Amino acid sequence: MSPDTWINKNTYHHSAFADLKELVEEKEKTGLTISLCIPTLNEERTIGKEVVIFRSELMHRYPLLDEIAVIDSGSKDRTLEVSSSFGADTYLSADILPEEGFRKGKGENLWKAIYQLKGDIIVYIDADIKNIHPRFVYGLVGPLIKRSEVSYVKAFYDRPLAFSDSVRPSGGGRVTEILTRPLFSLFFPELTAIIQPLSGEYAVRRDVLESIPFPVGYGVETSHILDVYRTHGMKAFAQTDLDQRVHRNQETRALGKMSFGILQTFLTRLISYGTIENKQEFQTVLRQFQVRNNVYETLEYDIPEYERPPMNTIDAYRKSRGMPPLQKNSLEP
Amino acid sequence: MTSHYTDTMISNCRSIIDSLDDYVIHLEDIRETVLSTMVMVNEIPAPTFKESARAKFLVDRFSELEMLHASVDEMSNVMGIIPGKKGKRDILVAAHLDSLFDSTVDHTVTLEPSMAIGPGVSDNSLGVAVLGTLPLILERIDMELDANLVLLGTSRSLGSGDLEGLRFVLEHYKKPFTAAVCLEGIKIGRLSFSSIGMLRGELTYRIPEQYDWSKFNSVGAIVDMNDMINRILEIPLPRKPNTTIVLGQMEAGTSYNTMPIKATLRFEIRSESDEIVEDLAKKITFLAEEMTSKTGALVKFKEIARRKSGGTDFSHPLNTVSREILKKLDITPRITPSTSELSALISKGIPAITIGLTNGENAGELDESVEIKPISKGLAQLVALLKAIDLGCTDES
Repeated sequence: MSPDTWINKNTYHHSAFADLKELVEEKEKTGLTISLCIPTLNEERTIGKEVVIFRSELMHRYPLLDEIAVIDSGSKDRTLEVSSSFGADTYLSADILPEEGFRKGKGENLWKAIYQLKGDIIVYIDADIKNIHPRFVYGLVGPLIKRSEVSYVKAFYDRPLAFSDSVRPSGGGRVTEILTRPLFSLFFPELTAIIQPLSGEYAVRRDVLESIPFPVGYGVETSHILDVYRTHGMKAFAQTDLDQRVHRNQETRALGKMSFGILQTFLTRLISYGTIENKQEFQTVLRQFQVRNNVYETLEYDIPEYERPPMNTIDAYRKSRGMPPLQKNSLEP
Repeated sequence: MTSHYTDTMISNCRSIIDSLDDYVIHLEDIRETVLSTMVMVNEIPAPTFKESARAKFLVDRFSELEMLHASVDEMSNVMGIIPGKKGKRDILVAAHLDSLFDSTVDHTVTLEPSMAIGPGVSDNSLGVAVLGTLPLILERIDMELDANLVLLGTSRSLGSGDLEGLRFVLEHYKKPFTAAVCLEGIKIGRLSFSSIGMLRGELTYRIPEQYDWSKFNSVGAIVDMNDMINRILEIPLPRKPNTTIVLGQMEAGTSYNTMPIKATLRFEIRSESDEIVEDLAKKITFLAEEMTSKTGALVKFKEIARRKSGGTDFSHPLNTVSREILKKLDITPRITPSTSELSALISKGIPAITIGLTNGENAGELDESVEIKPISKGLAQLVALLKAIDLGCTDES
């Protein structure tokens, strides 16, 4: 399928799902339950608003969400206090599946949410969105409620602040356009149709989520897309334009670390798929530089992309979902 | 309650006051919805004359809540009606949609456990949010009124908007309003039932291009405007009737070392006497003319808005009941004259009162804030007042 054909069939604007009364009726017909997971680390300034808006608009006024949970990596600020004061269920990531240990990273929180949360669909929304609005949730779950063949809905943000011409560039942020889309173009051209593959907002069916591994660091979104594409193809994806997203802007150096993690994940996938060969282990240290008193200094950051296995290979999860235990020495459920 | 009421009415009115504690408890649940609506309202910029996006949000809310005649008029006022059981009388509940802040300002709201912070939250996003949630608030306490409730988000209220939106509605709405309640975010306990005389004016000072700097030994617009300000401050003001001149805003100059050729001063004259407002306006006009002849610059006085003084008496039943409601809620009433929506209503002979919904700080600043906890009391105050108006407890004999 050409990217243009896929885009025409699978790209939405959030306004297509703004009739919440109708969307909730459709949800009730399908019998689906939906959980919202907000992964956090020091987000006291924005988390209160997210919780209030989603609880009020999408649980009380329109029961689209069945559960709202904040899963925290160990914030030093009042993130958990603020979240619970506004009525969210709050969890420390380290307290979930303690027998599996704890890794610090957003991917860890997303992975543990699969165990902790109950919904048939899990929506992930980052906590640092300043202009939060119910569309961030209903825009993502809409395609899943209305189309049973869709399993993974990704957000993108396309409202320009001002543009006069009828043709304008569209796409993702700096890392997407400099790293991810060129890599997709090289190896998986169909995936270039996903406009912002790295966006932190997406909604996914549980049966898909529980069957894919989770890098705990920067590579989690990239690995999802590659793994879901490999198993289910492009038909599993849809994407929704959520207009504008106002958030903290990252410095180029921070994006360098992010790119390093993503690249590791990408190359690891290519090797495991047999697309490329690699005869040596990857280095996990990223080097950047600074100048102090006219002397160049190397800054070294160790960024290993540790991965959690698919949740449906974890005994405690299988037990909690009434699944039979795995055969020993088997990774297949 | 005053003596012209029947025993049944007195009993009904008393029961409203007695229900206040229950209202507060039951309305704590709806506070979250009010907060969430307030955040969404606030994050849509709505400077005066540019309220249409915020109006769209509010009318969508009204439509979702299945209010009658939910609509936006040509002034960007938003109206919706909660029909009463009998529908013989119409009670107006109004909140101004426009905000002091320009669209370029970051309107993001931060929610902390005890307060919400953001430019415009108290003036008047909270008022608009309560308006947009009122059907749910009434539903929460199973309150149905006999009268129609006409909910109105007014446009063009502030500054040079000069209440244009509300005036438009009052000119064109076909039925008389029994009474009106205006909602402001802060501060709870505020009761405004009288409007003071007001004139909002602008003084502009401009040095003509052909001006001969060497001949006049001029020091530029800022110094001359400063002289003008000193002259205004020298105008004697009477202690009674209460009168004040607020010098609210000034613009002048472009850089450290460029002689300023333009200056603008915006001010408001407020007085309990319309005659004194008129007299002060004449004096300032005279000062402007005098400055023109003295400096050769063009100094012009422009009237932007004017309100006449008026209102109901302290002892009017609407005000008496409002004070009793606040006392029952353990809130000390603070009687404050107003220059806002109230004056347009008063000028049409509609008994009207402005109430505050919670406490807050830094009004008009970027870190404007409202307290979350007292909102339940603010809501209880509102519903009790509406019920009292509906039952006739606030009618004059």
